[in-house]
Amino acid sequence: MIELQHVAYSYGGGELFSDLSLSLAPGSFHFLTGPSGSGKTTLLKLCYAELKATSGDVQIFGEDVRSMERDRVALARRRIGVVHQDCQFLDHLPLSENVALPLTVAGRGGELGQDLTDLLAWVGLTRQAGQLPPELSGGERQRAALARAVIMSPEVIIADEPTGNIDWEMSQRLLALLVELNRMGKAVLIATHDLQLIRAAKAQVQARVLRLKDRRLQAAGADL
Amino acid sequence: MSSAEQTTSPGLPARILAFVVGDSQADRAVPPTGFTARLTVFTSAAMAFLAVFALALSMATGRLASRWSAELARSSTLRISAPDDQIAGQTAAALEVLRTTPGIATARPLDGGEARALLEPWFGPDLPVESLPIPQLVEIVETGDGYDTTGLRARLQAEVPGAVLDDHTRWRQPLVEAAGRLRMLGIAAILLIAASTAAMITLAAQAALTANDQVIRVLRLVGAQDAYIARAFVRRFTLRALTGAAAGTLAGMAAIWLLPRADAAGGFLTGLGFQGIGWLLPVVIPPLAAITAFLATRWAAIRTLRAKS
Ligand SMILES: Nc1ncnc2c1ncn2[C@@H]1O[C@H](COP(=O)(O)OP(=O)(O)OP(=O)(O)O)[C@@H](O)[C@H]1O
Ligand SMILES: [Mg+2]
Repeated sequence: MIELQHVAYSYGGGELFSDLSLSLAPGSFHFLTGPSGSGKTTLLKLCYAELKATSGDVQIFGEDVRSMERDRVALARRRIGVVHQDCQFLDHLPLSENVALPLTVAGRGGELGQDLTDLLAWVGLTRQAGQLPPELSGGERQRAALARAVIMSPEVIIADEPTGNIDWEMSQRLLALLVELNRMGKAVLIATHDLQLIRAAKAQVQARVLRLKDRRLQAAGADL
Repeated sequence: MSSAEQTTSPGLPARILAFVVGDSQADRAVPPTGFTARLTVFTSAAMAFLAVFALALSMATGRLASRWSAELARSSTLRISAPDDQIAGQTAAALEVLRTTPGIATARPLDGGEARALLEPWFGPDLPVESLPIPQLVEIVETGDGYDTTGLRARLQAEVPGAVLDDHTRWRQPLVEAAGRLRMLGIAAILLIAASTAAMITLAAQAALTANDQVIRVLRLVGAQDAYIARAFVRRFTLRALTGAAAGTLAGMAAIWLLPRADAAGGFLTGLGFQGIGWLLPVVIPPLAAITAFLATRWAAIRTLRAKS
């Protein structure tokens, strides 16, 4: 569904990575690791067309990102749920409306209801539903971001450090949700430093662990 | 939301109406920015207030111009000043001259009461007309073709030495022209007010779009298309302009309603008001302001969103 071939990216200085290929097929589960600053977030942004590759091909749902118009990109993003490293909320709207935002902008705000309540309960944010994002803790924001990423029932889920500020028990819950969605056929890509999370996931699903290092993407060692 | 999204085919007013009554959630994505909001409402109100006056001005001058050119063109006055014992004779002679002049429909001497009414605005009601040496006035109404002013003057000079013909044309023409000019100015003022409103709202919308850079970013990340984002801003500004203009129009109409009635003071000057059905005319100002805001904001939003890709 998302296809990167021989992709290179540079923010203007030297190349962050080059000749990088990655394919997210339905039902696949990928972890992306690597040192801080190696370009994990950048790679994820290429996958949902927030950035355009300096060279190489990026295809999203069969469309070449270079020739996609803005409105096509918007439509593609409705099929990709993203947990951003910095969450990206509208600070003037209560949490529940932020979580429902993808439905609202897609003109499907009317479908809200029990699903939203259940989802908020699952990520443990029922009590915080009416609060504004800046009033929440880092972990609460990350849980809300995950809820927002899955509310459209997207075909691809991309999460950037989704468990960075979350305790072990809660990250198990979030992982269970992602595993459940993966079993339904969704592609999952998670960038993380959390080795414990990777091990827990590998116990439940067939997950590939990729490592971004020295401008290359490699399969991680068998110890993971 | 879905109802507003599918309204691309109906006309502009229908779309704006769908906006105003439609999805009240549509603009929640944009944070309410108190300052630009208040500025937009205030400016729309001020512009609408001015527009009411400009409208009243052009209506009133239009009335003036047509009244002056229609009524005054048809009438003139003969003034006969003579010693008391000759005035009746001279008046009779003058009436005879007028009766035989082609182009004059009627000639009628004004009596004391009418003379008093004419003078009242200047001297008050207690004027002892009888004891004053006021001239005898004769009101002349022309036929459509009019009469030959120079010829009549010559005949009167020969037969009624105390008569002075005042045919109004001396001062009528410039007044009619001035009234017409004022009316053009009123219309120009209305157009300028509309243009300023559009410019001001464009600026405010542009400022709001720039200030909400991060909001636009987030909306795009969750899959919002340009039309959705633009609509959120456009709805805001259209509603603000409509609210402001409605308040300004009401205030302007109230101010004009409270103006002293100039008509009551002599009938020469028309009041700077609306008459009868004319009072309905300012009602179009708020919808026009809303349409202006709608178009201006949409233009600004589409332009800005295109640049921000
Ligand atoms: N907008 C930008 N402009 C210029 N340089 C950038 C920009 N964003 C990121 N970089 C640089 O690119 C490199 C990779 O950044 P990126 O955020 O992809 O790393 P990361 O692997 O996600 O790191 P972390 O694990 O800390 O989140 C960093 O050196 C960063 O400074
Ligand atoms: Mg990162």
